[in-house]
Amino acid sequence: MGCGSSVATETQVRRPETMKAAVLIQRWYRRYMARLEMRRRYTWNIFQSIEYAGEQEQLQLSTFFTYMLDNFTQLNGNGPLISQLLDPVVDPWLDRETCFNLISVPESYSGPRISFPLSVSDTNALLSAFKEHQTLHARYVLQLLYETKKLLKQMPNIVHLSTSYTKDITIDLHGRLDDLLLIFYKNGLPSAETPYVFNGDFVDRGKKSVEVVVLLFAYVLLYPDYMHLNRGNHEDHIMNLYGFTKEVMQKYRTHGREILQLFQEVFSLLPIATVIDGKVLIVHGGISDQTDLEFLSSIERNKIVDILWSDPKTQEGCSPNTFRGGGCYFGPDVTRRLLLQHGLQLLIRSHECKQEGYELCHDGRVITIFSASNYYEDGSNRGAYIKLGRELVPRFYQYQVSRTTRRLTLTQVRAAEGSALRALKEKLFAHRSELIAGFQQNEQNNTSVSVSEWAQVLESVLRLDLPWRTLRPHLARLAADGSVEYLSCFEDMGPGLPLPQVTPNLAKTLFRYRTNIEIIFNIIDKDHSLISIEEFRHTWRLFSAHLGADIDDGAIDDLARSIDFNKDGSIDFTEFLEAFRVVHKLDVKE
Amino acid sequence: RAQEEAAAGTEAELKIRSAFEVFDHDSNNTVDVRETGAIISSLGCFPTQADLHAFIAELEEDQSGHVHLDKFLPVMTKRLHIYYFFSFAPASLKSLNLGLQVLDKEKKGHLEPDELTKYMTQEGEPFTQEEMEEMLTALVDPKKNCVHYKELIKN
Repeated sequence: MGCGSSVATETQVRRPETMKAAVLIQRWYRRYMARLEMRRRYTWNIFQSIEYAGEQEQLQLSTFFTYMLDNFTQLNGNGPLISQLLDPVVDPWLDRETCFNLISVPESYSGPRISFPLSVSDTNALLSAFKEHQTLHARYVLQLLYETKKLLKQMPNIVHLSTSYTKDITIDLHGRLDDLLLIFYKNGLPSAETPYVFNGDFVDRGKKSVEVVVLLFAYVLLYPDYMHLNRGNHEDHIMNLYGFTKEVMQKYRTHGREILQLFQEVFSLLPIATVIDGKVLIVHGGISDQTDLEFLSSIERNKIVDILWSDPKTQEGCSPNTFRGGGCYFGPDVTRRLLLQHGLQLLIRSHECKQEGYELCHDGRVITIFSASNYYEDGSNRGAYIKLGRELVPRFYQYQVSRTTRRLTLTQVRAAEGSALRALKEKLFAHRSELIAGFQQNEQNNTSVSVSEWAQVLESVLRLDLPWRTLRPHLARLAADGSVEYLSCFEDMGPGLPLPQVTPNLAKTLFRYRTNIEIIFNIIDKDHSLISIEEFRHTWRLFSAHLGADIDDGAIDDLARSIDFNKDGSIDFTEFLEAFRVVHKLDVKE
Repeated sequence: RAQEEAAAGTEAELKIRSAFEVFDHDSNNTVDVRETGAIISSLGCFPTQADLHAFIAELEEDQSGHVHLDKFLPVMTKRLHIYYFFSFAPASLKSLNLGLQVLDKEKKGHLEPDELTKYMTQEGEPFTQEEMEEMLTALVDPKKNCVHYKELIKN
C-alpha cells in the first residue's frame, strides 16, 4: 500500500466529517450568541425600566410636597413648621461671607488642605487625596461651594464657547469618580489646552458624588473659561434627595445640612446649555416643540423640565415622555426645526445610558453621549466622551472601567441578568398585594392564571413596559396544565428583618412606598431633630390621602407606638423602614 | 375546537410579540434586520442560515434595514411550528466536544485561532468576518493565544 493512496483516502473520508463538525460548532455558536444577545437585551430593559420608574416616582413625590405645603398649615395649628423645612429659603447663617471661617480644621485632619483662590497645586492635592479615598473637610467644602456660587451667579443660562483658540470636549458624568479619573488620565486635566464641558448628572450615582462634584467645581474655579458645567436632571432638589443626601449626611455628620443646602443652591445656578461656535447645542436631556433658545436665556434657571428630561425618538412629532414621567420625546422634525431656527448643525445630549457610550440619531443631527461605564452593572455598557475640533466633527472615545475589556461573556451576562432579575423580583414583592388581587380576578383554579393573564396583570400593576412572556420562565413556574402558578413569583423574596406588628393595609403601603416615605421623613427630619407625634400623624394622613391608601388613624397611632416614640419624642423611623426593604432570601442568611 | 385553535393562534402571536419587544428599542414595532435571527432563536427555532436569509429577505422593508412587527407577526406565526419541527436539535455538549475534537487534528487539546478560523469560515455554514472576529475575541485565551475548547464547553 503506497503512502499517497492512503492520504487520498483519508482526505476523502475526513472531509465530510470536518464539515459536519464545523456545521455543528457554527450552529452551536450562533445559537449561543443569539441567546446571549436575548438575555443581554432584556437585562438592559429591566435595568432601564426600573431606573425610569424610580425617577418617575420621585417626580410624583415633588407633587406630593407641593400638596403637603398647601395642606399642612391647615392641619397643623402650630404654624408653618413643615413649610419652613421644605422651603429652599437659605439659612441666614449661610449667607454670611465668613461662615466657613467659623469652622476650624483640627490638627488631626489628614486630608487635603486647600486655599483660595485655588491654584493648580490645590486641584492636584484634591485629585490625589480622592484617589486615596480621603474626604475633604467640611470647612473647605463649604468655602468651595460658596466660591462656586459667587462665580456661577455671573454666568448666563446659555454659555457660548468658541473653538477658535483650542479644541473642545464633551462629557456626561453620573457621579462615578473612577470614570472621571480615567477621562482625566486619558484626555488630560482641564486647562487652557484641554477645555471641558460636562453635561449634567454629576451626582446621585455611585458613592463618590461629593468627590466628583468637588473636583468639577474646583476646576471651574481654577479655569472658569475652560471648564463648563451644564445642569442635569439629577442636579435638582427632589431628584437627589435620596442618594446624594444620604451620601452627604454620612460623610459630614456635623455640617451635612449646611453643605446640602449650599449644594442645592449651587446646582440651581448651573447653566442649562452650552453652544459651541454658534453651531453645536449641548443640553442634558433634549428639546421639545416649545424650546426656544432666546426664551431659555432669559428665564430663571429652575423648572426647565424639557431641557433636562427629554429623549429623542424615531417618529416625527413631540409626545409626553410617559416612560420617565417628565419631559417629552422629540422626533426628527422637532430637531430639524430647532436647528434650522437657530442656525445650528448638531445637538449633543446625554441623559440615556447607551451600550456603546454614545449613539447617533435623527440622521446624525443628535448625539447621545454617556460617560458612566458599567452604569447598570459590571460590563453593562461602555462610557464615551466626544472631542470636538475647529471643524466641529465629533470624534468619539470609548472606555470601560473594568477588570477585563473583553467582549461580554456568558458569565458576565449571567451575573448582570441575575441582578436585574433580582431587582425585578423585589419590585414584584413590593407590589404583592396589588398583584395578587389582580391575579385573583382571573384565577382559573387554585392559584393559577393563564400566561396571558399573568403578563397582563404584571403590566397593569407595574407599568414597566417589559416583555413579560419572555421573562416568565425566570419569574414564575408553570403548572402541569401550562398555566402560571402565580404565587411562585414571590417565592424567593421576603422582608429583610422580622416584620413589626402593623395592619396589612399599612404593611402594603410601607412595602410599596418605602423609598418615598423614607425621603419624606428625611426631609421633615432634616437636621435629625425630633419629629413630634403630631407631625408624624399629620404627615401620614396627608401621605395616605395623597396616595388614596386606606389607612385609618388607629393604624397610624399603632405605628407610632410600635416605633416607640420614647419620652423625648425622637424616633428612629429609618431603621423601622428597613424592615420593609425587600431582599432576596439568600441574602438574609448571610 | 375551532375556538381552541384560534386561542392557540393568539397564544403563539403573543409569544412572538413578547420576543420581538425585547429588541424593539424605540417601542415603535420595528427591529433591526440583523436581530431577527436572535428573535427567532429565542422562540426556540433554529433554522439553517439559508432558511434564515430567505426569511429575512421576505421581511425586510425595502432594504431599510428594519423589520416591522406587522409583517413579522403573520409570517412568523405561520412558520413557528414548521421551524420548530424542522429546526436542528441543539447540539449536546458531548457531540459538541466530539466536533471540536474532529477539528483538533493533532489532538493537542486546544485549537489555534488560525485553525479555528479556517474551519469556521471555509466549511459548513461559513461565518462572516464579523462573526469570526467576535468568536475569537470571546473564546481565545489572550495569554496563550489558543482556544481551550474543554473549558469552553463547561460554560
